[in-house]
Amino acid sequence: MKIHIKNGRIVDPKNRTDRAADIFIAAGKVVSIGEAPQGFHANQEIDAQGLVVCPGLVDLAARLREPGYEYRATLESEMEAAIAGGITSLSCPPDTDPPLDEPGLVEMLKFRARSLNQAHVFPVGALTQGLKGENLTEMAELRDAGCMAFSHADRPLDNALVMMRAMQYAATFDLSVWLRAQDASLSRIGVAHEGEVATRLGLPGIPTCAETIALSKILHLARETGARIHICRISSAEGVDMLRQAKKDGLPVTCDVSMNHLHLSEIDIGFFNSHCHLIPPLRSGRDRDALRRGLKDGVIDAVCSDHCPVDDDAKLLPFAEAEAGATGLELLLPLVLKWAEESKIPLADALSRITSLPAAIIGIDSGGIAPGDSADLCLFDPNDYWMVEAKSLKSQGKNTPFLGLELRGRVKYTLVGGHVVFKANS
Amino acid sequence: MQRQINKNGELQHLLTIEGLPPSMLHHILDTAESFVSVTEREVKKVPLLRGKAIFNLFFEPSTRTRTTFEIAAKRLSADVINLNISASSQSKGETLLDTVNNLSAMHADMFIVRHAMSGAAHLIADHVAPEIHVINAGDGRHAHPTQALLDMYTIRHFKRHFHELKVAIVGDIMHSRVARSQIHALTTLGVPEVRVIAPKTLLPKGVEHLGVHPYHDLAKGLKDVDVLLMLRLQNERMQGALLPSAQEYFKYYGLTPEKLALAKPDAIVMHPGPMNRGIEIDSAVADGPQSVILPQVTFGIAVRMAVMSILAGS
Repeated sequence: MKIHIKNGRIVDPKNRTDRAADIFIAAGKVVSIGEAPQGFHANQEIDAQGLVVCPGLVDLAARLREPGYEYRATLESEMEAAIAGGITSLSCPPDTDPPLDEPGLVEMLKFRARSLNQAHVFPVGALTQGLKGENLTEMAELRDAGCMAFSHADRPLDNALVMMRAMQYAATFDLSVWLRAQDASLSRIGVAHEGEVATRLGLPGIPTCAETIALSKILHLARETGARIHICRISSAEGVDMLRQAKKDGLPVTCDVSMNHLHLSEIDIGFFNSHCHLIPPLRSGRDRDALRRGLKDGVIDAVCSDHCPVDDDAKLLPFAEAEAGATGLELLLPLVLKWAEESKIPLADALSRITSLPAAIIGIDSGGIAPGDSADLCLFDPNDYWMVEAKSLKSQGKNTPFLGLELRGRVKYTLVGGHVVFKANS
Repeated sequence: MQRQINKNGELQHLLTIEGLPPSMLHHILDTAESFVSVTEREVKKVPLLRGKAIFNLFFEPSTRTRTTFEIAAKRLSADVINLNISASSQSKGETLLDTVNNLSAMHADMFIVRHAMSGAAHLIADHVAPEIHVINAGDGRHAHPTQALLDMYTIRHFKRHFHELKVAIVGDIMHSRVARSQIHALTTLGVPEVRVIAPKTLLPKGVEHLGVHPYHDLAKGLKDVDVLLMLRLQNERMQGALLPSAQEYFKYYGLTPEKLALAKPDAIVMHPGPMNRGIEIDSAVADGPQSVILPQVTFGIAVRMAVMSILAGS
């Protein structure tokens, strides 16, 4: 299959280019930019007039709900949502049922994902057996089966000794450890940021120190063990400051933030909007502003969709009983563009947060457009507005705080391995 | 949030005091005043809600609140159906909204809802047919608006005006829906100084943003107050490292005649009930001359009649 993408604006954050040029693709790879290689006869031409051509997006946190939670979403529905959102690589946390703690499960998931021929799926393995926080998993075996990193998803890992051993063992094989910083005892009954809104609504709170205490523990153990650490979905201004310092100290630590937390705060809960029941909780406006700044100045490396499809029934409950999470795959690009526009960030810089930088965190060679690179591409119209509605989302989860909002930036084509896997209607 | 006030500016539901204008609160209190005389007549009934079906939907056990709503509805000539849900459908796995939809199909006109989760009444109000009214009779830690209204009625009855009062709310503010509704009602009605008095473990973070002054010392907090609103201390607060013991709590935060003497000589003492004598309040105070706890209960019926008639009366 030979494809000629013409008249597009190529924005390649990895190679720091932003220019108008054609792209020529053959045998799944980019073969030339600008001039057609000699004798190139395209089977397919894509007119990218008015479109941005960027590397396929890379998402660090997408729950595909398989195995175990197929009633909420299936691999088919969520992979379709991913490519509709321009995402060509995604990593999924291990909190499936059963958790991804055995090579067989990982191989099966990889096989299922591959057979769909859509986005690349990079499973994150469980750090401990059954995510129980007691015994280590066979990390080396899991790596051989395809796990790119190891995490504890949102399950508590309060035992510092187990955490230290897990980091030491991971470091032995140079595997990276992804952790979300939340102290279990300080957050067990909480459902919202402990602050003004939770106090007014009578919702049990999760204090900021639930994040900073856990983060402090993780950073100390990272120093102790030398493990490569990635902090998932930071939520507080204090947390951002701690990471800034850790990076300044030269600690091998990276960090991401959920797209929801870039735009929303506790105020958006209003009167018990269960779409705003998220993990970690939406914190204050001050925290949100610090997250936006942290992303701009590079303390926060990447933005993830934190995709959690939840069925309607699980959201039609009183706030505290409603299941946490929001659908996200199809909103990642427009919400990052919105942040970039509001923060006056050049497009290439903004796109690096959802392409080359998360690719480096997973450890995959992706997120660039150069001859020889796999042709994983996203073509989007940066000026096309669309309304977030249940019917406009391909994900089985229609739950998002952004329902009813008009967003700018719409994916028109997604290519994986040189094949057009998604083409927008109209 | 304005979902409790309809397009014509009328009360559609009563979910929380927050956001209601002072004129609406006074309207409810004035209406209640007109019903107090009804409750003192020999034939204690008016036909305002004749033929209306009112469902008492209590997902949490309650004796006093449920009974006063039932009496109030009957005095307005409504048909009252009491449902003790915790014992039936919830245990069979039916969701909150399924229960409500089933009852709506039986042509309910009004739901009076108590639920252990904050926001439950809002959720129901969002999903019922437009002709059905919802009264929040207590949702989790969030709100208990009719209790706050009857407290305001009692204060107005004994103190006449709100705008020169010092009011202290004493006890477990953190877990109390009553306290939250009282705070909104008092600040809306123009009480210049509202204090909350509790150990730090029982005060929610940022409570001062609700417009109150926090105190941790009962003696200091009670100085010169006109109205004392005592809160019930749940027994389970002795677990979870919130308080060391009931004895210590009573010693430092229990209302005794000596502590009460620090308030204004004509201060009144209120309590939403049921009381824990010897834990948050001394019997000598509860049964003493400054206690208006029993009038509160009587006024509670008139206030609930007022709310129901304003919502569903034609």
